[in-house]
Amino acid sequence: MKIPYYPGCTLSTVAQDFDRSARQSIRDLGVELEELSKWNCCGTSFPLTPENVIGLAGPGNVLIQAKKAGGTVSTLCSFCYNTLRRTNNTLKSDAGRRDVLASFLETDGLGDVKVLHLLEVLRDQVGFAEVKAKVVRPLKGLKVAAYYGCMLLRPADAAIDHPESPKIFEDFLTALGATPVDWPNRGECCGSHLAMSETDLVKRLSGSILSSAQACGADLLTTSCPLCWHNLVKSQEAILRDEGKETVLPVIYFTQILGLALGEGPEALGIADGVMGAGSVLKAKGLWPAAVPAGGKA
Amino acid sequence: MARIGVFVCQCGNNIAAEVRTAEVAEKLKDVPGVVHAEDARFYCSNPGQEQIRKMIKEHNLDGLIVSACSPHMHEKTFRKAAETAGLNPFRVEIANIREHCSWVHHDPTKDLGTEKAGDIARMMVERVKRDRPLSKIKIPVTKRALVIGGGVAGIQAALDIADGGREVVLVEREPSIGGHMAQLSETFPTMDCSQCILTPKMVEAYQHPNIRLVTYAEVEKVDGYIGNFTVTIRKKAKSIVEENCTECGECIDKCPIKATSQFEMGMTKRKAMYIPFPQAVPGVPVIDRNACPKYVKDMSKCGLCAKVCGPQCIDFDQQDTFETVNVGAIVVATGYDVMPAENFPEFSGGKSKDVITGLHFERLASASGPTGGEIKRPSDGKVPETVVFIECSGSRDERRGVSYCSAICCMYSAKHAMLYKHKAHHGQAYIFYMDIRCGGKRYEEFHRRAVEQEGAIYLRGRVSRVYPRDGRLVVQGADTLVGSQVEIEADMVVLATAVVPRLGSKDLAQRLGIGYDQYGFYNEYHPKLKPVETVTGGIFLSGACIGPMDVPTAVAQGSAVAAKVLGLFSNDEMAREPIVAEVNRTTCNACWDCLVACPYKAIEREAIKNRQGEVLRYVARVNEGVCMGCGVCVAACHSKTIDLKGYSDAQVYAALAAV
Repeated sequence: MKIPYYPGCTLSTVAQDFDRSARQSIRDLGVELEELSKWNCCGTSFPLTPENVIGLAGPGNVLIQAKKAGGTVSTLCSFCYNTLRRTNNTLKSDAGRRDVLASFLETDGLGDVKVLHLLEVLRDQVGFAEVKAKVVRPLKGLKVAAYYGCMLLRPADAAIDHPESPKIFEDFLTALGATPVDWPNRGECCGSHLAMSETDLVKRLSGSILSSAQACGADLLTTSCPLCWHNLVKSQEAILRDEGKETVLPVIYFTQILGLALGEGPEALGIADGVMGAGSVLKAKGLWPAAVPAGGKA
Repeated sequence: MARIGVFVCQCGNNIAAEVRTAEVAEKLKDVPGVVHAEDARFYCSNPGQEQIRKMIKEHNLDGLIVSACSPHMHEKTFRKAAETAGLNPFRVEIANIREHCSWVHHDPTKDLGTEKAGDIARMMVERVKRDRPLSKIKIPVTKRALVIGGGVAGIQAALDIADGGREVVLVEREPSIGGHMAQLSETFPTMDCSQCILTPKMVEAYQHPNIRLVTYAEVEKVDGYIGNFTVTIRKKAKSIVEENCTECGECIDKCPIKATSQFEMGMTKRKAMYIPFPQAVPGVPVIDRNACPKYVKDMSKCGLCAKVCGPQCIDFDQQDTFETVNVGAIVVATGYDVMPAENFPEFSGGKSKDVITGLHFERLASASGPTGGEIKRPSDGKVPETVVFIECSGSRDERRGVSYCSAICCMYSAKHAMLYKHKAHHGQAYIFYMDIRCGGKRYEEFHRRAVEQEGAIYLRGRVSRVYPRDGRLVVQGADTLVGSQVEIEADMVVLATAVVPRLGSKDLAQRLGIGYDQYGFYNEYHPKLKPVETVTGGIFLSGACIGPMDVPTAVAQGSAVAAKVLGLFSNDEMAREPIVAEVNRTTCNACWDCLVACPYKAIEREAIKNRQGEVLRYVARVNEGVCMGCGVCVAACHSKTIDLKGYSDAQVYAALAAV
């Protein structure tokens, strides 16, 4: 099975581990992520202001490419997913803005595209039962906090699952043999791009997410958003430094956990050893493969 | 040749500002068949009507055009005036030159308005020439009413109709009448005990010689039309021979099986042999066949109830029975439900036992409730020190529920906060609200009392999340007046969940042939001027099946609907407008498209027989008692066999040709 794939800017630059671990582990499941032949930045939050038309050009272009590739596109980054899905919804429901954009882009290819998050691909195309069957290293005893953040759940018509009581992420973790943690802050905001201007606020918001997950017994936290990852990791570093706290909650991408359960080595997945990476937790749980040749299977 | 009179009204300046009425009248005189035309300032006034009557006699008129306002306003007035002058009222037509002309156009020269008003009047002249004199349809009336639903709205309707001397059949789905009001603790704004004021009415309904209670029953089928309904009622098997039961309660005492009590909102158990609450009316118990081992375990042995029953009235083999009643009017009073707490996962509804709905709280505060009236939280029975009430849970927000305001929550949450404070003196109540809507007599004062005297803390803003932490509930929300986020640790959270139609309301509406909105609330004929009528003649509405409402309004509606029913029953026959469809038997080819199209079930199959009584063929027939004159069948008819009296194709074409 081949699925058109939109990596987005962040996964091509600072979050390459996310991209690599996804491509590798989904291949283990018999699926090929086929990168769109031409793509550009989704525009992140800029296209989403209601009166904006020109801002839709970025994601609109991506959707045109997706349409050329067969009408479906998958993505990993929560922000790209949200932007593409909402742009797609806008172009579907708002004929006025669609027509303006179509004439600007000189295209008649704007139409309904299916924007899928990789978690949806795993649930609906591959099937969690199939994923479970392919697991070679069940993550027994590993308690994981599934962190949805904002962009997978809001607004409701772009949500990956029920916006108030989602379960796709937990079902995914269960399929891998891990134990999803029941915790209240899984849909809270990490502070998002305020990381540029209000670092204290982001530290407070991300800090409460981390401490909530820890209080509920999580061994590690998993996300599908490079920005959340950044905020959670950087805030944690700052908290450890400024407040002298010692307990650490490693933050890793869901594709890294997937790869681990499918038998990939930590190095190939980009899972860092040490305290901040998940290495020490995985070692303690007996899930760190002893001696693995680089890039090879355990 | 027709002798038609045309009367062009100036309507003060309403018409005269855009139309030269004298000129219109003058020009209409040239139309063949018009023998008199004139204009005046107000024809709807008494002198105006008198002038019309005078002219009818003077010119021996056989048809009338009044060029004036919409027929909705004064068609009745002018038809009546014509009738008193000896003219058939259905030979009077209104040319609407106000709403259709002067009010919607502006031309300082008045040329365009004058021309259009003339056109409209000419069209109506052609129509009235082809108007047949019609007479009102008389329908016999069965002077017995059916009331569906035994809540306070239905009880009030039944009592008032019965007091007016007419028979009532009151059908209730549950084993007892009383409805939601029987579940309430106190009622706002007077704080009188709900059961104390309701149970006398329940007993009165039970004992009233003109009321027959049919409980544990549902309306299965409705046939007929205003004055002449035939209703089939399904009486669910109570497993008790009701006539023999002495309501002694022995069987309930001996029943060893426990089941969840719906009346107590699932917060306690009742027996499988049960009455919903101690003051139930009637006090005859029923067996819950989903719990009794005689049924769930394939007639296994128990039968303790049958052993102790003195009059031997327990019948395990009893089946549902059907009863047919003939009634002249139907009152629908099926009430409401509240959204379940499970609809709110963000508030831990369904996950934490201590997140409950307002109805749960009513039971906790009720002296006859599961806690004997003490406010104890469901999870561990502790008296909560902090209770957070969340208003508009599911209301006024389409994304999370419904778009409308549930109307009663502001008041009952204030009441809950007071009751809580009265029963747990050290407790603190917080109420999150969107707006406070206490628009009723002494309602605002009641709300102020909760704030000023009972110390409830009102926070304007929404709650985003409620989650359990260390045996308590963390409530996160916004205080939009202060402009900050708030976090409250509470012991119990009460959701004022949206008022929604009773389960199955759409299904019942379809059986009755009445309209309902997108949610399933029933549509009134007119929201202001016909608030308890439906578009279907003889079917009336009362109470919260129309929309969210409080007890006083529901009671007022019960009485209002009784007045309507008694009015209908005041004559042996009722007269109605003869604007109905008629079938040309010679051209009907029995395709039955009209029968499918008719929204009122007014079309029947009529057999055409020869002299030997053999059926030759079938044709459509319009039941004039049921037909509402909507004209859908006319449009559906392929062979142009059906026409609407007063609106025939010939009239419409002639009117169009006149322009």
